[in-house]
Amino acid sequence: MTTSALRRVHVPLPLGVAAAVVAWLVAWFANLPLANWLAFDVLRLEAGSHLGEAVAFFLLDTPKVLLLLLGVVTVVSFLRSFVEPERVRRALAGRGTLPGTVAAASFGIITPFCSCSAVPLFIGFVEAGVPLGVTFAFLVSSPMVNEVAIVLLWGLFGPGIALAYMAAGLAVAITSGLVIGRLGLERYVEDYVWTIRAGSAMPTFRPTLADRLHDAWRSTADILGRVWPWVVGGIAVGAFIHGFVPTDLVVAIGGSGNPLAVPALVAIGVPLYSNAAGTIPIVEALLGNGLPLGSALAFMMAVTALSVPELVILRRVMKPRLLAVFVAVVSSGIIAIGYLFNAFTA
Amino acid sequence: MTSIQVLGHGCENCKRLEANAREAVAKTGIEAQITKVTDDPGIMAFGILSTPGLVIDGTVASYGRVPSADEIARWLKA
Repeated sequence: MTTSALRRVHVPLPLGVAAAVVAWLVAWFANLPLANWLAFDVLRLEAGSHLGEAVAFFLLDTPKVLLLLLGVVTVVSFLRSFVEPERVRRALAGRGTLPGTVAAASFGIITPFCSCSAVPLFIGFVEAGVPLGVTFAFLVSSPMVNEVAIVLLWGLFGPGIALAYMAAGLAVAITSGLVIGRLGLERYVEDYVWTIRAGSAMPTFRPTLADRLHDAWRSTADILGRVWPWVVGGIAVGAFIHGFVPTDLVVAIGGSGNPLAVPALVAIGVPLYSNAAGTIPIVEALLGNGLPLGSALAFMMAVTALSVPELVILRRVMKPRLLAVFVAVVSSGIIAIGYLFNAFTA
Repeated sequence: MTSIQVLGHGCENCKRLEANAREAVAKTGIEAQITKVTDDPGIMAFGILSTPGLVIDGTVASYGRVPSADEIARWLKA
């Protein structure tokens, strides 16, 4: 009957939230002893051996990263439901170039970049009078700098590198926005975009707090569902490299001795379509084995910021020339960041 | 006859929203016609920036999120 679905067991909201928080904390603190116990007592691996360290690394990092993702993505998704792009657009339209560009790039941090929403967002921004450069600052920062990337970096590398990545991503987004704005490329936006007269909607029904929590939970389950095989696979590869791949090899290919390493890594990373989750764990191990920080950051940024499927979707609103400028400007920014970090950390 | 429109290009969320809308219609037992709007100008005409969007009788009920079937049922009865 139809009523059976409505009569689901109803746990009071605060109770449910409290239970979830407690369960998360217990899992978090049980992780380290559990991983060591599994690796060294149950599997009887030798501490300090290649295999033992690789397995312990895998058993510790996998739950750690998944738990972090679970917690942070839920909280961010919930908070995000209060930030509507419809409102942000109005705020962005009325600003000067520099503050507008900075604001748009920062706004990109908290907005998830679903490629299916890219086109309506682009049209909506441009149509509301948000300058092209400001719109691009958002388009660049949104897929590159987001909570999933930051959580993974924070969990695996610590706050220093997470914040460095965030700052570098924002710098690339802001610079790209300013450059593209300067170039005056409005004529390379598909003509129909300018003719669309969009209405201005506000939803009739505002979601309740429970709806928002439900949404947040739903989208977290969604994201984790998509991302977990990558995280597990990535950490497994990372663990292997951690234990087995000789450092010399990585340094020879990607190290500071090879001046073309950064552009080469960016060229490999741009067409790749992956999220932060798939690449970061691998990069972690490479970094641990001697790949310089700048090269690693540049590779990650190239993978997340630009991809072939994204370009195919954006082609609907941009003429090829604008797409080419977009790719060129963003890649140059990323390469510059790579060299800069390599220079400072060498 | 209530008209329900699902706005979006056909991504995962849009499909889920459509399924929820169908479930809501079945639940409430009202007569409704569900249509999809998948072209950019059509979607933009409603002034939404984030898909999927749900339009009930010409007014935007929600966008940028996937309301549950129960929630939609509530709106249909309102």
